[in-house]
Amino acid sequence: MKLKKLKIFFVALALLCPVFVYSQVQERFPKPDFESGYVRPDLLTPAPRSVVWEYMDILVLVAALSLATYFAHKLRSRRNIFLLMVFSLVYFGFYRKGCVCSVGAVQNVSFALFNLAYVIPLSVILFFALPLIFTLFYGRTFCAAVCPLGAIQDAVVLKPISVPEWLARLLSMFPYVYLGLAVLFAATGAGFIICQYDPFVGFFRFGADFNMVILGMSMLLLGTIVARPYCRYLCPYGVLLNWMSRLSRRHVRITPDECNKCRLCEESCPFGAIKKADEETQPMKKETDVKQLAVLFILLPVIVFGFGWVGSRLDISLSRLHPTVSLAEEVLLENAGKRTEMTDATKAFRATGKPLEELFAEARAIQTQFHKGGWILGGFIGLILCLKLISLFIRRRQLEYDVDKGTCLSCGRCFAYCPYEQVRLGQMTPEELKELDRRDVSIKQFRA
Amino acid sequence: MKEKSSKDRIKRRDFVRKSLHSIVGLSIGGLAGVLFSRSSKEEMVWQLDPNICIQCEKCAVNCVLPHSAVKCVHSYSMCGYCDLCSGYLQPGAKHRDTGAESQLCPSGAIKRTYIEDPYFEYTIDEELCVGCGKCVKGCNSFGNGSLYLQARHDRCLNCNQCSIARRCPSQAWKRVPASQPYILRGDESGKYRKG
Repeated sequence: MKLKKLKIFFVALALLCPVFVYSQVQERFPKPDFESGYVRPDLLTPAPRSVVWEYMDILVLVAALSLATYFAHKLRSRRNIFLLMVFSLVYFGFYRKGCVCSVGAVQNVSFALFNLAYVIPLSVILFFALPLIFTLFYGRTFCAAVCPLGAIQDAVVLKPISVPEWLARLLSMFPYVYLGLAVLFAATGAGFIICQYDPFVGFFRFGADFNMVILGMSMLLLGTIVARPYCRYLCPYGVLLNWMSRLSRRHVRITPDECNKCRLCEESCPFGAIKKADEETQPMKKETDVKQLAVLFILLPVIVFGFGWVGSRLDISLSRLHPTVSLAEEVLLENAGKRTEMTDATKAFRATGKPLEELFAEARAIQTQFHKGGWILGGFIGLILCLKLISLFIRRRQLEYDVDKGTCLSCGRCFAYCPYEQVRLGQMTPEELKELDRRDVSIKQFRA
Repeated sequence: MKEKSSKDRIKRRDFVRKSLHSIVGLSIGGLAGVLFSRSSKEEMVWQLDPNICIQCEKCAVNCVLPHSAVKCVHSYSMCGYCDLCSGYLQPGAKHRDTGAESQLCPSGAIKRTYIEDPYFEYTIDEELCVGCGKCVKGCNSFGNGSLYLQARHDRCLNCNQCSIARRCPSQAWKRVPASQPYILRGDESGKYRKG
């Protein structure tokens, strides 16, 4: 049996030889000596964009981040944030064609961490780190006005509906899965899936795969009623920004002064990122929560381990996305006689004359990486799931209407709804506000 | 009493938050530092290695640009200036002339100019070239291999993940430093030799 396989292999090789002998460079014809004084033209090699423009991109990024933060925190001006957002859409999106962006830079960073041969450009590191650092201090102003992917979605928000809470919680798991997968694929060198499945980059370049155009179109259409669907339920970089923003030193607040719980801002956020103040009368049922929490904490290692195990089981199927592994599988199938026609990839591989054993060893090494990565990915998803469940049972007293620091994009839409903001802008005097307040209180008393 | 304990809790929460803030800040700084230590100021650009390329014609259709950034380039130093050019003429072409039916190039992007007997010069019109590599295959199979494909960096957008590289069956695409953006043949091959 083995002999037969070998035979097939050698016959195939022999058949292929004449095709590939020619792919090597050969001097079949001598260089001519010209008598007519003919001079050979030069081979033109136009240079890539100069490094100066790369510094320009970094400068624009820093300037845009600083301006966005200034507009959101100091000026509290939605108009300025919007204008800056349009600028970013034009510059980072349509002018720079969406590459490199901070969202995609996550993959370059993970690729660089696990592949010492990859030299990561300075600009990519900065595109990855600067928005995180800004967010760690001032909240997600990057999302509001700098990210071109956010900008194109923000521009089409027409009639946002509020997503039911259970659905929002469920969907908010997706970014973690996406981030985990993207890091796994980038680290193992299988490819950059965030770039591959970026729904909007096709608009920036005025061209993409048919499927991606359809995806981008439907995402924008959906975006008219569900504001920024990609940012909220897919963006892998958003996961990191969410974590940073929760720890942020200063974060925008709805009111510039204090909250009188007038509820005017309640419906103003299209992203559902406003935390409502507790009703005074709401009872706190602590005992049951504590019991359920205890159960969850006991279950946590089990769930993390279980998900990790599931992840490790997926190693073979996930690793097929790596070109080396899929090539090795194709070659195996051909050698076993299960494929009658060779693919371009296997033809090219066989032409190189590289030993099969080497290819299989490489593929096996990659599968081992995927096995390890699968454990980590699964465990990570399990852990996030548990933390989300735990957060359901931890209630904190919410004294006033405030933004949810993790999900708030600092877009500034809610500012104008606050009566104290109107006072700050001088459109209302403090006396008028007090008068309103008094009237409101009497209405509430009347209703009670 | 109760008031005090809730205040304490807020203090504790604040302390935890602030320490987490510092830890995360430091770790981002650390990560950036590690990356900086093996970074380069240069950008990396995509290029295909003509010695691995198998002319599968995928470069012509998989670029994100409507007209692929991959074009055929011609190392004149390697060219035999043949009358019977296997990169220019259809195999079995009846006439060795510039007739459309004689040409191998589907878009007529190769210009054939008479120099002196028996030599002809072949130049590529990049506006017309679609980067399919049919001529490259022809030149490799019966010529000197002076025609080959390269990503032209006046056109290439340098996407983070090259859309052609992802689908290249021979894995001929790689990231190269922006100061050495081409992998050339012939006399020019030393121009961007890796230092």
